[in-house]
Amino acid sequence: MGKSLITLEHISKSYDGQLILDDLNLDIHENSFVTLLGPSGCGKTTTLRIIGGFEKPDQGRVVFDGQDITSLAPNKRQLNTVFQKYALFTHMSIEENIAFGLKIKNKPDSYIKDKIRYALKLVNLEGFEKRMPDSLSGGQQQRIAIARAIVNEPKVLLLDEPLGALDLKMRQDMQYELKRLKEELGITFIYVTHDQEEALTMSDHIVVMNQGYIQQEGSPETIYNEPENAFVADFIGDSNIIRATMVRDELVDILGTKFACVDKGFGENKPVDVVIRPEDVELVAPSEGTISGVVTDLTFKGVHYEMDVEACGYEWLVHSTRLSEVGTKVGIKVDPFNIQIMNVPVSEDEEAISETI
Amino acid sequence: MRKVFEKIYLGIILIFMYAPIVTLIILSFNSSKSRAKWGGFTLKWYTRLFSDQAVASALVNTLSIAVLATIFSTIIGTITCIAMIGLNSKLRSVIMGITNIPMINADIVTGISLMLLFRFLHIGSGFTTILLAHITFNIPFVMLSVMPRVKSLNFYVYEAALDLGATPLYAFRKTMLPDIMPGVVSGALMAFTMSLDDFIITYFTKGSGFETLSTLIYNEVKRGIQPEIYALSAIIFVVVLSLLMIIYRSPNNKTKEK
Repeated sequence: MGKSLITLEHISKSYDGQLILDDLNLDIHENSFVTLLGPSGCGKTTTLRIIGGFEKPDQGRVVFDGQDITSLAPNKRQLNTVFQKYALFTHMSIEENIAFGLKIKNKPDSYIKDKIRYALKLVNLEGFEKRMPDSLSGGQQQRIAIARAIVNEPKVLLLDEPLGALDLKMRQDMQYELKRLKEELGITFIYVTHDQEEALTMSDHIVVMNQGYIQQEGSPETIYNEPENAFVADFIGDSNIIRATMVRDELVDILGTKFACVDKGFGENKPVDVVIRPEDVELVAPSEGTISGVVTDLTFKGVHYEMDVEACGYEWLVHSTRLSEVGTKVGIKVDPFNIQIMNVPVSEDEEAISETI
Repeated sequence: MRKVFEKIYLGIILIFMYAPIVTLIILSFNSSKSRAKWGGFTLKWYTRLFSDQAVASALVNTLSIAVLATIFSTIIGTITCIAMIGLNSKLRSVIMGITNIPMINADIVTGISLMLLFRFLHIGSGFTTILLAHITFNIPFVMLSVMPRVKSLNFYVYEAALDLGATPLYAFRKTMLPDIMPGVVSGALMAFTMSLDDFIITYFTKGSGFETLSTLIYNEVKRGIQPEIYALSAIIFVVVLSLLMIIYRSPNNKTKEK
């Protein structure tokens, strides 16, 4: 990863006495695709708006390329934003929309024309110059909003839930489009979403936020496979989160049965939370399993079956391509590598997090 | 059967509403001075009206006050609406309520209170006081027309313009203004109409020796009614009617109908 481009230092922000961001620190590296992920009200959009200059933090500094830009007006910042609801200029043609920023910078006409053609080609909407925004579909409008932003050659593109208003198929197409755009432009993308799948598909780096705090940051694989706390585990995909006891290194007591695991350093006989992803729970013959239970519910999900298995007083969520009918006795096995151990929340902040789950 | 009754009923209502005006317009073309007898078609009252010096100066007064009052009230009302974007919705509806009261308030009360205020402040009566009064009562009409437009503004569009490097003023001109313009235009037309046809407030704030068309007609009527006044009233009616039709057909009302 490149050098640090944007640094947020001790950012705090509150509205009407309600704390939205609390002492937030974040480093965003050059040429990366960073996603701020979290439920609504977690402070992700506020963070983006502070970077864009639309909000001023109550405390803290925003450093861009070595310069303090905390009080700099949005029109003076070297970054551009793609807004949630397209925000195209409806009384201007597509051409005029895209040319807006360039005209303000007094670029020559021929340069503007080339840029418009280049940008429309980049977002696969060649020949749309004379159309009006109203005549475009939601997906097309959002592409124009992206084109309008990137012709200004920003160092950073901020995207505030740009796919939120699109239907599922369009959203998936746009996810690949955005990834491709990012590769072609070679600039930094900061993307805000509440959709974990979107975040996992596109990002180099995910920042999971809740209640104004960063819960965890890391690569999509790290966030998914090694969640640091119950909130992250629960927010990123389905999971079985079980209160357990760490007997000693590499051995954990889950619901009265000892399971081998690979985590160390939690101490002996310490309470912990265990995360097991539903696709990591293997259903085998009752005699072969570490524990055994009964299938209580079955739903067909397309790619796989979703099953609830009652075992040792806990309802296990299981994803499997192999079907087990309701009422079947099954054994449960989990590969030691797939048992993720997390510290039980101790501080008040973390306590607040688990309450929201 | 029912349809026929509906039509008859509608016809009667329309006759009740418009018979007086129609009578007035017909009489303005009557060559006989009598109100009871038809003496043949003529335009002489209209020609006589236009050669009347007092009417001409009253017309100039009326139009200049209407134009100036429209300009000032439109600017003030629009700016107020935009400033209210930043307020929370509770405070905004309170302020809208307060600004709406003068519209419902009896004109005579508004007229007398403005007169007292101008006396108290020693503002000389005549053109200035009428203009100030008209600006005052026009502002709520402008706000009523502009506010729905301001409320439906997509604020992100303004931010998008800032984001692309526009200064706040340029962003306002390019994004917000075009969107609220239909509301501003229809508010201005409404203000102009109100100003043209106001009598009571003008009467109380004008002082002596200064006449607008409506006060002139009132004075003439006191001295015994002349057919020129029918002609003048007919013209005022037609002008106000056409303005109202323009307001009704303006884009602001079309989107409201949707």
